[in-house]
Amino acid sequence: MHEFSIAVNMVDIALEYAEKSNAARVNEIELEIGELSGVVDDAMEFAMEAAIKGTLLENAKVKIVKIPGLANCRSCGNEFKIENFFDPCAKCGAYNPDIISGKELRVKSLNID
Amino acid sequence: MCGTCGCGQADEIKIFKPGEEEHTHTYVHSHDHKHGIETHGHEHDHQYAHLHKTDGHKHTHKHESEHDPHDHDHQHLHGHVHKNDEGIDVENGHGHHHDHQDHDHHHDHDHDHSHGRQVVIEQDALQQNKLRAERNRGYFEAKKLLALNLVSSPGSGKTSLLEKTIKALKEKTNIFVIEGDQQTMNDASRIDAAGAPVVQINTGNGCHLDAEMVNKALKKLDIKGEGILMIENVGNLVCPSLFDLGEAQRVVVISVTEGDDKPLKYPTMFETSDICIINKTDLLPYVDFDVERSKEYALRVNPSLKFFELSVKTGEGMKPWLDFLVEELKKV
Repeated sequence: MHEFSIAVNMVDIALEYAEKSNAARVNEIELEIGELSGVVDDAMEFAMEAAIKGTLLENAKVKIVKIPGLANCRSCGNEFKIENFFDPCAKCGAYNPDIISGKELRVKSLNID
Repeated sequence: MCGTCGCGQADEIKIFKPGEEEHTHTYVHSHDHKHGIETHGHEHDHQYAHLHKTDGHKHTHKHESEHDPHDHDHQHLHGHVHKNDEGIDVENGHGHHHDHQDHDHHHDHDHDHSHGRQVVIEQDALQQNKLRAERNRGYFEAKKLLALNLVSSPGSGKTSLLEKTIKALKEKTNIFVIEGDQQTMNDASRIDAAGAPVVQINTGNGCHLDAEMVNKALKKLDIKGEGILMIENVGNLVCPSLFDLGEAQRVVVISVTEGDDKPLKYPTMFETSDICIINKTDLLPYVDFDVERSKEYALRVNPSLKFFELSVKTGEGMKPWLDFLVEELKKV
């Protein structure tokens, strides 16, 4: 359910920039969603659809770019791809990851007219 | 649209102190009335001025007129807008008559492709909440408050833990409480009875507390003196994990009547917490919950998690938790 409040925040951020740039309309909004961000894709898309209604983003294409999870193992220093918080280090097997990417929930850019 | 749940209504966050009327609206929200759509505009010509009063969701119209009943004169102006071939709006459609003779058309197409302008933003969706959380954090530091954010699934015993903690520590320190629930004052009434100043946030349809709600609750709570601030979040192991409230430490409570694989099923909550309380240990003989396995799972997700195993009901294991609070309070 928190996807809705995130979507509303994202639209607010987009509107702020769109208005600053004197946009007549927003053609596309690009979001970066990390695979470890705790956000469900379908729910996010649905929430964005609802959140852009009646705004400058009304007909904008919502582009979601997924950011894969990357971690540094605190035990051996190995950098590895992580799909879940509880994945062990691919090299030493320790459960001691320092997440370096994959938690993003960002508004990346807009395309405006 | 409601920012917490996406329902069609505006936000309906309510904040009360025990004893306050339940239907007091802290935040009255206004509704925009939109009359007319783009193509058909309606113009209402009211002879009498009238007042719109927003009262919850009911709208009452008060007509300031000595004449009652009275007539409204509604003038509906139906303007039809037609677009012509060039896409230019033309008012009041009229017939076009084109005589086409056979002739060759020669079109020179000069395509002007507009790809729009690109605006780079690169901004965190939760940035606003993070800024507000930092503001709360600064307030806690200045007031010398140890702020804890208690999260769990519904029914794991957060409120009971608070009641016992308040009763055990109230001679030693002040304890203040912010209660978060979708509805009811029930939890705040329990905390009030246990003897701690409390404010209840009802989130309506919302599934979590955010930093702004806590900020507003703090104004209402009007904390005097140092001590511990317990913020009991809405019972939900998913959504509250993403919302920093400005707490010093996050405490996740699980009970042995739940599955011991909770940390793997809801990793974000365990990853963002500092302390894990395993409650209802008096029920361990009757359930399949494996404490060691649960802790091992939780440590996979968060290797620095600190555990307390206790039974709020029997009091077993409460002492290390209470000692921990007293020690942490000294560090604030």
